[in-house]
Amino acid sequence: MAVSLTVNGATRSVPAEPDTPLLYVLRNDFELNAAKFGCGLSQCGACTVLVNGQAVRSCVTPIDALAGAQITTLEGLGTVEKPHALQRAFIAEQAAQCGYCINGMIMSAKALLDRNPKPSETEVREALATNLCRCGTHNRIVRAILRAADEMGRT
Amino acid sequence: MNVSLSRREFAKGFGGIVLAFTLDSASAQQPARLPGSLNNNRTLDAWIRINADGTATVFTGKVELGQGILTALAQIAAEELDLPLTRVTMISGDTGRTPNEGMTAGSQSIENSGTALRLAAAEVRAILIEQASARLGMSADSLSVADGVISAANGKAIGYGELAASIDLKREATGTVRPKPAGMHRIVGQSIARFDIPGKVTGKATYVQDLRLPGMVHGRVVRPPNYGATLVSVDDGKAKAIKGVIAVVRDGSFLGVVAEREEQAVKARAVLAEAAQWKAGPDLPDPARLFEHLKALPTKVATISDKQAPLPASTKVLEAAYTKPYMAHASIGPSAAVAEFKDDKYTVWTHSQGVFPLRAELVKALKVPPAAIRCIHTEGSGCYGHNGADDVALDAALLARAVPGKPVRLQWMRDDEFAWEPFGPAMAMQARAALDAEGRIVDWTYEVWSNSHSTRPQSTTGANVLAAWYLAEPQKMGPPTSPPQPAGGGDRNAIPLYEFPNQKVVHHFVQDMPIRVSALRTLGAYANVFALESFMDELAAAAGADPVAFRLAHLKDPRAKAVIEKVAALADWKAGEAGTLARGRGIGFSKYKNLACYCAVIADVEVDPAAGHVRVTHAW
Repeated sequence: MAVSLTVNGATRSVPAEPDTPLLYVLRNDFELNAAKFGCGLSQCGACTVLVNGQAVRSCVTPIDALAGAQITTLEGLGTVEKPHALQRAFIAEQAAQCGYCINGMIMSAKALLDRNPKPSETEVREALATNLCRCGTHNRIVRAILRAADEMGRT
Repeated sequence: MNVSLSRREFAKGFGGIVLAFTLDSASAQQPARLPGSLNNNRTLDAWIRINADGTATVFTGKVELGQGILTALAQIAAEELDLPLTRVTMISGDTGRTPNEGMTAGSQSIENSGTALRLAAAEVRAILIEQASARLGMSADSLSVADGVISAANGKAIGYGELAASIDLKREATGTVRPKPAGMHRIVGQSIARFDIPGKVTGKATYVQDLRLPGMVHGRVVRPPNYGATLVSVDDGKAKAIKGVIAVVRDGSFLGVVAEREEQAVKARAVLAEAAQWKAGPDLPDPARLFEHLKALPTKVATISDKQAPLPASTKVLEAAYTKPYMAHASIGPSAAVAEFKDDKYTVWTHSQGVFPLRAELVKALKVPPAAIRCIHTEGSGCYGHNGADDVALDAALLARAVPGKPVRLQWMRDDEFAWEPFGPAMAMQARAALDAEGRIVDWTYEVWSNSHSTRPQSTTGANVLAAWYLAEPQKMGPPTSPPQPAGGGDRNAIPLYEFPNQKVVHHFVQDMPIRVSALRTLGAYANVFALESFMDELAAAAGADPVAFRLAHLKDPRAKAVIEKVAALADWKAGEAGTLARGRGIGFSKYKNLACYCAVIADVEVDPAAGHVRVTHAW
């Protein structure tokens, strides 16, 4: 059995069963590290990716639902050398302790800024309320997202 | 002797040797104590190597847990070496390469590893200058160093890289070359961006979960239904029939599976769990009567503070009880490890807080000599204390043993972590105090009941890794331990810094552990400070006193008072300001471990009684 998926613009066929959660395919077949296994239950947000621009929990999304979809991971936003405004802002604010949740924070923020480019602090907090961080980096994360929104609004 | 002479030589240039010693027979038998972790890792090249390209490789036994320690230690080494940070590479937590510094715990990494690196780097720099002095034919004290280049006033210069081959760092550190005074620091004291963050926000391979080795396969484990359950039988036919399954591994009551693909291992785990027949272990205590139950268990009782003075005839007595539930570390990512068994040797990539202590336990569980196991630290999800990191490392090694030559990546499922990681212990605190007519505390009695806060690896007997207790030839869990005062375990911060003429503080160290427990941030301090500070507020209210003024009136330590006065000023604390049921402010104070940093916090808190929401709106 093979399923064809388009991730960060590249289409590839993967030798996985149709009911396989997208997360495992991203990590093990596409060799992308950013999306993380946290709970496997769509409760923590660490596995968040964008599917056609919507934030989706890849740990509970089977790949057979994704034929023809545009899947974007954190790697698709930018690189260390050429970071996206959100990634640059997270570095500027040093908005990570262990960093395991940060993939989900940035991807949820990306979905937010795409639909609301100038969110208030309250709107940022609400949009990220279901992304869990256990280290206590929340305030820096909120600052980073507001910084990115500000920067993106000015360019 | 030559070594000793040369030390004196380079000391001239720095005013550096603060004490000189000769290698007489007595000191040879009992080496002088060296500062920090240098004491147990005494060779300079255990810490620092200078490379031919002018860079330095710096080794530490402490590990990155998201606290930024590798950036901080690199700053210290770069500072003393006079190298730019970009030319320092950190190697950490590897039983094959780095010093053994035990656990990365207790906020001691700068204190111990930083001290060692600071002194070792200063000494290496001095050795480089000594060598440059000989090469350039200039006296050491006429030379200056910048960015790894040693220069003389006449323009002659030589880089560290050119000197690398001719210096011998396989020598014992003296710990006597004086590091730079703080006023000369250019890298230390700067707020340097952490090295690890750019990779973490762009999806670079960072974590042990991200390791992808050639030929790697995926494991999962099937844990018993409760503590102490034994595996009676398992029909593994259905699991083995799942596509991609390579091995079902059983050793006593340890059960796991290895598959080509991760989702196949996850499926097989569910099928195996269905097929396994267990004999249940003992029941857990009734949660509704948990603290009663804990207090009734066997204890070791210690009075850790006892002060007596005459009491006034008339006093007002208050009593209060506080409890703290079990708390999970609850890192966002469940624990993970990658292990490979090849040519009778194990390599284990682990986010353990201590690769050497972990290896000590793996030696016992796997019944191989230490030289047959190499543990390499690789970051994991948040730490906060003793979580499942060490346990999953043994699990991965047991699975790897069944598939020699194939690295096995194992990440626990969420329920593995929540059900089996060691929790921060539940605790019960009982406080009683008497106020005199002037509203001063004249008598204080405080008792705390707690399990051990450290059942970490490298136990004196047995082995403190989960699967070891369930093998066909099991190990026992090690004996519960409690660090002594003043740092303490369950009794950490149980002795108040407030001064009372009569005081009794008792630690009931509960020996039986109905729930598996171990270290979680600040050990017992979390509950003790909560109880102490809450009780101080209750007493202040009973005395009709302002909470800040009441605390200050019971403190003599000038630093403690200064911290409280400072935070009160920052928050514009107004004595006697009344809160409402929906809004209030409060103060908390403590000193880390009662022997390190002083801290006072004022918080504004809002309560929405209808929704049951509590919100901290400001904190100073």
